[in-house]
Amino acid sequence: MTGSAIDAAELRRRTRALLAEHPPAATDRTDFLKARFDAGLAWVHYPEGLGGVGAPRSLQAVVGAELEAAGAPDNDPRRIGIGLGMAAPTILGFGTDEQKRRFLRPLWVGEEVWCQLFSEPGAGSDLAALGTRAVRDGESWAVDGQKVWTSSAHVARWGILIARTDPDVPKHRGITYFICDMTDPGVEVRPLRQITGEAEFNEVFLTGVRIPDSRRLGAVGDGWKVAQTTLMNERVSIGGMRIPREGGMIGPVAAAWRERPGLRTHDLHQRLLTLWVRAEVARLTGDRLRQQLVAGQPGPEGSGMKLGFARLNQEISGLEVELLGDEGLLYDDWTMRRPDQVDFTGREAGYRYLRSKGNSIEGGTSEVLLNIVAERVLGLPPEPRTDKDVAWKDLSR
Amino acid sequence: MSDLLYTEEEEALRSAVRSLLADRCDAATVLARTESEQPHDRELWKALADGMGLAGLLVPEDRGGQGATHREAAVVLEELGRAVAPVPYLTSAVVATETLLACTGEAAAELLAALASGRTVGALAVPFATAPGAALARVRYEGGALHGEVTGVADAAAADVLLVLSEAGLFAVDTGRNGVTVTPRTSLDRTRPLAVVTFDAAPARLLADAAEAEAAVRLGLRSGAGLLASEQLGLAEWCLTETVRYTKERHQFNRPVGSFQALKHRLAGLWLDVVNTRAAARHAADALATGSDEPNLAAALAQAYAAPVAVRAAEEALQLHGGIGMTWEHPVHLYLKRAKADSIALGTAGRHREELADLVDLQAPATP
Repeated sequence: MTGSAIDAAELRRRTRALLAEHPPAATDRTDFLKARFDAGLAWVHYPEGLGGVGAPRSLQAVVGAELEAAGAPDNDPRRIGIGLGMAAPTILGFGTDEQKRRFLRPLWVGEEVWCQLFSEPGAGSDLAALGTRAVRDGESWAVDGQKVWTSSAHVARWGILIARTDPDVPKHRGITYFICDMTDPGVEVRPLRQITGEAEFNEVFLTGVRIPDSRRLGAVGDGWKVAQTTLMNERVSIGGMRIPREGGMIGPVAAAWRERPGLRTHDLHQRLLTLWVRAEVARLTGDRLRQQLVAGQPGPEGSGMKLGFARLNQEISGLEVELLGDEGLLYDDWTMRRPDQVDFTGREAGYRYLRSKGNSIEGGTSEVLLNIVAERVLGLPPEPRTDKDVAWKDLSR
Repeated sequence: MSDLLYTEEEEALRSAVRSLLADRCDAATVLARTESEQPHDRELWKALADGMGLAGLLVPEDRGGQGATHREAAVVLEELGRAVAPVPYLTSAVVATETLLACTGEAAAELLAALASGRTVGALAVPFATAPGAALARVRYEGGALHGEVTGVADAAAADVLLVLSEAGLFAVDTGRNGVTVTPRTSLDRTRPLAVVTFDAAPARLLADAAEAEAAVRLGLRSGAGLLASEQLGLAEWCLTETVRYTKERHQFNRPVGSFQALKHRLAGLWLDVVNTRAAARHAADALATGSDEPNLAAALAQAYAAPVAVRAAEEALQLHGGIGMTWEHPVHLYLKRAKADSIALGTAGRHREELADLVDLQAPATP
């Protein structure tokens, strides 16, 4: 059966067949997930043989509903978010058949965690200026450099890596995209402690790391183009799920306001209501965006979602700390820890306040995103540039 | 979940209204109109209301209307806002019409059909700043006639009939009759001018008795507030689009000024606000149309969000146009004046936030 013939009813039938053959209650979790992948029900929009059936992406919900009703285990998507959201679409888009077969199944099942080796101390917003070098040596590459803000590096089996392979051409043209084995002896992962006290991210030092040429994604020198796929998917995956009213950061503040009338002041009341309105409208904007996607009319509105949420999260959590007064002067725990996954709302107000400061930096700073909106959505002209035609090695740094 | 998109029919309606306005209501025409003796554009109203049947969108077909909903009326208001059109659509086809829809008597039904046809213009005689939940201005009903004064009535000068609230109920008063005086005030927004209306033993027809009058008026005001967000959306969109266009063309320092990040970031921020306003406005229109998802909350939310956005859009448009934006000749001031007036009309954003405080249980501190 070809992909175009698969509709909701057929997916429902296949999901039920999977459940009948591998009853979740009597099946090992990983075995179930592997069977689900092999049945093409992992991500239905992927091609056959790679965990999908080439069906429209919107039909994934049909499979999800059946599996949820049957109490089937999921692949813990939060733990493997970088693999699912960034590595997988890039491998699918640019990988060889051999790479797709080797990497996608353990990635989706969660047997292999992925991390992203993009940002560097000297290449943040200007990612294309990166300086990690990859030098060809026969059938493999030798990589030296330093990456930063790498979440999950300490638990990752593989990393998606961009490195400079030609310093003599302008920066966007001399980059190549690789899959890096995180168990290579040249890879050193050090926790990077942040203002919350914990180390959600890492620094990764690469010293003489060997990468076989068979783990290159895309052509030599095409890494920037390949990375665009990764980054586009990063922004799509942020804020993708529908949340109920007061489902975001406004929830705990509203709850505190209701439960503790003693904290209320008129000034805080006005500010809380203003933020409540903004949070609720941002939620509706998310609903509208999803309705557009379902209707097959994707608009440029998505580019703004992260911008809006970053500002809102920061203002709401700031208000929350202030509302708490005496308690706002305290902090739950400064212990240095390495959490497996990020939870913006899981801890107390002080943590939310500090963690949300990162929301306007990670995944593209708000300033860069405003430029993107201005140039790509509104069509405003770019700033004059001094770096486009200069060889990477001659850039100021 | 409410439907926040536009249907194909709604888009077709938009194109029709937009092309009519492009023909008949360009900025120069609006500006000239505001300086004339006749601030309302009666010919344009005739084309929209009578010609296209838009005055009766909210009215069911068996009551003399088009049998459409708030969703379609919202699309019309977006376009009217984009053109700052000087027509009494919000006041007559939304607020007065919605009020009449909630009245059960025969006199109300007759007037409703007249308003729906577009050949009669109605206005609710309450101050334009009145929020849906606020105290309502009333005049005296005595000896079979009305006595008193209501200030700040929007579009009263264009109205053939005023809907007037008294303790005895809601009444219809024909503006041409003896005992009714409509005195135009010099208004901030000359595209939707205010007037003082005075009743001196004015003859009146009862539309709704005291039992149903107040609720009807509040429904009219609620629809007005909810759909005003769509007008504000259209207005803000015009400001954004025009300013983007201008900053691409205007050169200083040997560059288009729109290439400076300081300006780009402001425009991108404004775009984000407009995107959000669209979701809030569509949500309100859909909630009013279907009665689902708490129309009171949806209307208050939309107004609390959209009013400041429209003002900011107009203020940013003026600033980013530089000197030309400060001139009488350039239309941006029409938008600023409309946006500022809209931010007070039917309740300020602050008033709507207080309304929300009750609706979503975020109560104010107790006063000691």
